Amino acid sequence: MTSIVKALAFAGALAVTSALTPAAFAAKTDINVGLPLEPPNLDPTSGAAGAIDSVTYSNIFEGLTRFGPDGGINPGLAQSWTISDDGLVYTFKLHEGVNFSDGTDMNADDVKFSLDRIGAEGSTNAQKALYADIASVEVVDPLTVKVTLTKPNGNILFNLAWGDAVIVAPESADNNATNPVGTGAFVLKNWAKGDQIELARNENYWGEPAKLDKVVFKVIADPNAAFAAVMAGDVDSYMAFPAPENLPQFDADPRFRVVAGSTEGETILSTNNKMPPFDNIKVREALAHAIDRKAIIDGAMFGYGTPIGTHFAPHHPSYVDLTAQSNFDPEKAKALLAEAGFPDGFKTTLKLPPPSYARRGGEIIASQLRNVGIETEISNLEWAQWLEQVFKGKDFGLTIVSHTEPLDIGIYARPDYYFQYDSAEFQKIMEDLNNATDPQERNRLLQVAQKKIADDYVNGYLFQLANTGVVNAKLMGVWENAPTQAADMTGVYWAD
Amino acid sequence: MLPFLIKRLVSLCLSLVAASLVIFFVIEVVPGDPASFMLGMNAEPDTVAALRDSLGLNASIPLRYWQWVSGLLQGEFGTSYTYKVPVRELIADRIWVSLPLAALALLLSTLIAFPVGVIAAARRNSPTDVSIMGVTQLGIAVPNFWFAMLLVMFFAITLRWFSAGGFPGWDAGLFAGLKALTLPAVALALPQASILARVMRSSLLDTLGEDFVRTARAKGLSQRQALWRHALRNALIPVLTIIGLQFSFLLAGAIIIENVFFLPGLGRLVFQGITQRDLIVVKSVIFLLVFAVILVTFIVDMTYAIVDPRLRRARA
Repeated sequence: MTSIVKALAFAGALAVTSALTPAAFAAKTDINVGLPLEPPNLDPTSGAAGAIDSVTYSNIFEGLTRFGPDGGINPGLAQSWTISDDGLVYTFKLHEGVNFSDGTDMNADDVKFSLDRIGAEGSTNAQKALYADIASVEVVDPLTVKVTLTKPNGNILFNLAWGDAVIVAPESADNNATNPVGTGAFVLKNWAKGDQIELARNENYWGEPAKLDKVVFKVIADPNAAFAAVMAGDVDSYMAFPAPENLPQFDADPRFRVVAGSTEGETILSTNNKMPPFDNIKVREALAHAIDRKAIIDGAMFGYGTPIGTHFAPHHPSYVDLTAQSNFDPEKAKALLAEAGFPDGFKTTLKLPPPSYARRGGEIIASQLRNVGIETEISNLEWAQWLEQVFKGKDFGLTIVSHTEPLDIGIYARPDYYFQYDSAEFQKIMEDLNNATDPQERNRLLQVAQKKIADDYVNGYLFQLANTGVVNAKLMGVWENAPTQAADMTGVYWAD
Repeated sequence: MLPFLIKRLVSLCLSLVAASLVIFFVIEVVPGDPASFMLGMNAEPDTVAALRDSLGLNASIPLRYWQWVSGLLQGEFGTSYTYKVPVRELIADRIWVSLPLAALALLLSTLIAFPVGVIAAARRNSPTDVSIMGVTQLGIAVPNFWFAMLLVMFFAITLRWFSAGGFPGWDAGLFAGLKALTLPAVALALPQASILARVMRSSLLDTLGEDFVRTARAKGLSQRQALWRHALRNALIPVLTIIGLQFSFLLAGAIIIENVFFLPGLGRLVFQGITQRDLIVVKSVIFLLVFAVILVTFIVDMTYAIVDPRLRRARA
């Protein structure tokens, strides 16, 4: 019996050694990336699923502009642009010699096609509203495109960097869901649905070629399975790791590096501003003081996350720290509730979507609210149910959700948006912001806007979601921050 | 035999029609609109309407039922809302994971359970029997996903003999495919083998008490000879029933194990389909699984008739 065990152990050791040896001689040129959700398809212009961007953004598809790892806007397929003095006309100069992966060349006609397609009849672009100000797209010459707006929109370069505005070709656009044809540094090689998506380096890429020749995205949803896959070396990088409780264990292991970057996800206790008693600002203010952000970040997120006091990303240059205005003060909360006519508190609903920030955070918030007299009836919803009941039906008192779209403070200017904040003053600020092209004026207006929603206690502002993940210690160039939901592999390489 | 066969076939068809109605209407009432789910929080209402239209969700319910069923009859399951490929292709990919996994687990479970059950019955109340009963009790009690996690920790993380999960596809070779399915099959087989061994044992003990076994013993056969020649075949009926049920369970119910090992099987396809409101996929896969269960039941019924000729006459 023991001899069998020994023989097996020896065979195992041999297998392990022989598997490891080649890596010691040459740097690896392939990578396995863990993904918590499988993209439903690979067309970023036809759906909102973030997983589509995780795989395709910058890897397969590129837009006129692109997000840098720091969240700034860099040139993409457009090498430069000029803006007319009235802020209405953007003239983009395209890179020369850009080809789609099917061999056809990318020129101004493709740009016009792609941008026109967003707003066309029957379009299923999930972010259509971002491009509603585009009046016309004109081909000046094969490498020059003129985009004219109906009114100035200081965000347009930013919006064009979204995955929803990538440049596609008329010949292949309809099949991008299953056979993506883009201009990026990688091409789709194989998609074993439900299991993995394999990208190969685009050997004809117009820009600096990718250092990796193969990227495999593996879909591993279960937190335990994700942990096992990282420990066993099946995946080399797993951002948005589903089990933050395992991160300290990775941190202690020299094989791995734990990453905690920033995201665009403002996690908020969304409040139905039209539903009594939340239509009373005193009640919303009480809510804000009843919440202990630190307890939520420690308890639900294992310490990862930055407290926020308004709907704005702390890493943005225009951010104003307003957390003190809604500091944790249960006594003040109780006093405010009494002032509002609810000395004994009230009952409301707390509807939670599936992510752990909501489910775990929800339990903690419920107990914090109970301490000031607010009883919440918790219901756990699937995403589809949440969209139906909360987002569309506005049938909720409170909910917790992370708003992951970059620079999305503009949603507060939409009175029919699910939390139903209707302030003419705020809508005016946003209008001024859209008309402003001067960076200083924009900065000022963004700060005014942040203060306005904090003063009105529209929602409970909890924390900025951290981009937590684990990567192999030898892997370089992985984006630590997530300015958009991307896993940009174009600059990733192995250290030895 | 023939009337028995016809009767069974008619019941098979009626079950399928009933199943298609139940599946269609249950899924129709599930809350959550596929189009709004796909387009997310920033979509404009007219975009959602356009997508609903292109998915064919605006047609009337009877029409959609008819389209679905007539498609099924022609072997066409429709096009997945989210993946945008024919559901048939999705199922075809997944079934080559689920079917071999179920078969492998069933094979393992049967290979373990038969000898173990027979030994336990032959040595009733001996220490061997008592320890087998103890171990199988444990096997039933241990949740298979937990056992699966132990297997992963030991064989994938510590020893690194297997990867922690995933499936390389049969293109990678028979060995690579079987290797990826080994741990999941073991994890699935353990509780099934425990159940099967206990059924085997008690069924054998029942038949060993029957008159015909006493007669066989009286003829001069030893206990062992009587067991092998006469009791075993008669004890197989309940065992076959359990095997049939287990196969259906393994095919459809391996979802938790598929999650632990992140295998792209049918169970996970349904699970994903439900969360993404890819209802056409959910409907079609569930129907297929129901079909498989009904078919397996039919085959088991036929096997009874072969094992026990009395049934052919009695049921006809």
